[in-house]
Amino acid sequence: MSVTPATTRESDAGEWFRHFRYVMAENPVTLIAFCLFLMLLVFAVFGPAITPYDPLASETGNALQPPSWAHWFGTDNLGRDVLSRVIVATRLDLLIAVSAVAISFAIGSVLGSLAGYYGGWTDRVVGRCTDTIMAFPLFVLAMGIVAALGNTVENIVYATAIINLPFYVRVARAEVNVRRHAGFVAAAKLAGNSDARLLMFHLYPNILPPMMVQVSLNLGWAILNAAGLSFIGLGVRPPTPEWGIMVAEGATYIVSGEWWMALFPGAALMLAVFCFNLLGDGLRDLIDPQRRT
Amino acid sequence: MGGTGKLSLIGRRLLQAVPSLIGIVIVTFVLTRALPGDPAAYFAGPAADEQSIAEIRTALGLDGSLPEQFWAYVTDLAQGDLGVSISTGRPVVEEIFERLPASLELTLTGLLLAIAIALPLGILAATRPNSWVDHLCRVVVTAGVSLPVFFTGLFFVYVFYFVVDVVPSPIGRLDIFSLAPPRVTGFYLIDSLLVGDFQTFGAAAAQLALPAITMAMFVLAPLARMTRGSMLQVLGSEFIRTANANGLERRTILYTYAFRNALLPILTTLGMVFSFMLGANVLVEKVFAWPGIGSFAVNALVVSDFAAVQGFVLSMAILFVMLNLTIDVLYTLIDPRVGIEG
Repeated sequence: MSVTPATTRESDAGEWFRHFRYVMAENPVTLIAFCLFLMLLVFAVFGPAITPYDPLASETGNALQPPSWAHWFGTDNLGRDVLSRVIVATRLDLLIAVSAVAISFAIGSVLGSLAGYYGGWTDRVVGRCTDTIMAFPLFVLAMGIVAALGNTVENIVYATAIINLPFYVRVARAEVNVRRHAGFVAAAKLAGNSDARLLMFHLYPNILPPMMVQVSLNLGWAILNAAGLSFIGLGVRPPTPEWGIMVAEGATYIVSGEWWMALFPGAALMLAVFCFNLLGDGLRDLIDPQRRT
Repeated sequence: MGGTGKLSLIGRRLLQAVPSLIGIVIVTFVLTRALPGDPAAYFAGPAADEQSIAEIRTALGLDGSLPEQFWAYVTDLAQGDLGVSISTGRPVVEEIFERLPASLELTLTGLLLAIAIALPLGILAATRPNSWVDHLCRVVVTAGVSLPVFFTGLFFVYVFYFVVDVVPSPIGRLDIFSLAPPRVTGFYLIDSLLVGDFQTFGAAAAQLALPAITMAMFVLAPLARMTRGSMLQVLGSEFIRTANANGLERRTILYTYAFRNALLPILTTLGMVFSFMLGANVLVEKVFAWPGIGSFAVNALVVSDFAAVQGFVLSMAILFVMLNLTIDVLYTLIDPRVGIEG
């Protein structure tokens, strides 16, 4: 665990960038993941503008066509262009995952920091709550939450956020706990900082790097979970393009050989998850070279 | 030496499950009662009229205070009453017990398959770093965590049913030509063997193959990663070096010394693996129209059959706690250090 003093921040940035370049050059897989990530971002931001067809326009005369030059990914049972739908879906899928992870990051890191810093009953209450969440099979709990709160996209986000919460609480708690008695904390305390100030401006920034690794590894998992929920018919409603529901729609046609309807959204999903997992590993190398696998 | 120590440790582990169970009951209660809107309307389903909603309100004790309601909920649970499923009209407990063996057969077969592949793969990868086995292990581990389980399932259906046609049509536990064996355990594989009906056994195994392999693919990754990691760690430890220096046979060192110690962290990850599996089970059952509790819950979700969904969540959570308990007890029994200290 390295704790960098705040005075050398300027040279740190240069150092960090050099290290970033080194990691990218050393590990081309991370570079590929980074490019994939940029591609996903482009699709998410400009998706509707760059699709060759309207993702909702059905053309029944042209239904279930295999991939061709006109339709690279083929057409679905209503004659909609699968490629356009896969591209447009990127925004919704990323949005669900990113908002869910952002919520659990915000709540989890604060709760975890408090538990790690104060210990005692704060720690016990927070720990008991996370243990209770972990006592459920997580995907099943998410199903129950969505069923209880109502079948909407927002509730998919909340459910995914809740089942991700324990991981952030645990990382934040552990990271704060090991730094609680570090020299820089004692110094800040002696300088007259209150507990709240200490936590907010001295400890919290230091736990951000390990938390970011957790975020990146978690994003892939959040995407998988959200897609799984919409695959079983929760959240996203049919005409809306979303990878999970597109795979579900394609599932009916796969036994009769129309593979493209399920394959392409499924592959997009896989690629996104793969990208975030690789990025997470890459980030870990950047931040903590000792924990390399 | 050790016998009583282990027993008391196991007793303590059993006690540790109590807070989890209490937490689960509270959460499921909150999920059913602290809802926006009228829970009675939820339970009655979308097609209910005023009168049936009022009946359900009294039946559920929803006119009482929250603590009263909680007490009523707990006593109902203690009597095994999870309410009535509005989609089938039968008690939820009956439905779940009838379908549980199908889900367990699928999950356990998948787990056994995964263990049978992951343990040798992990051990080989750990003993031969940077060989092709090691690289294969790394690919499997990375791919395994990125593959959506419902997608792998569909992919297998396409390849093995549509293209090569080596498996029967992916619907249910038996094809239409076979009769279910008489129910003893509810596991078709075991029940058919009990009555010596090899034809049904073959048919059931053929139906089970693809969903079980899909499940196995899914949990292969964490198991293989953990096996490799913990074997590497144990092989680097001092007692292995000592054993090597003393000229013990490689086989003895690997299996008697290293593997037994490496098994402990692997057992601990099994808890997480089960959490994933019980979730993945739902998706795999939907893909293969497997008549287990997962597809029961999915169907219930579609028609807003609330009692059924909550019953499913609760029973899965209890099942998960039980599985974790079993793992903990096994851990205590296997751990060579427990009993020496105790």
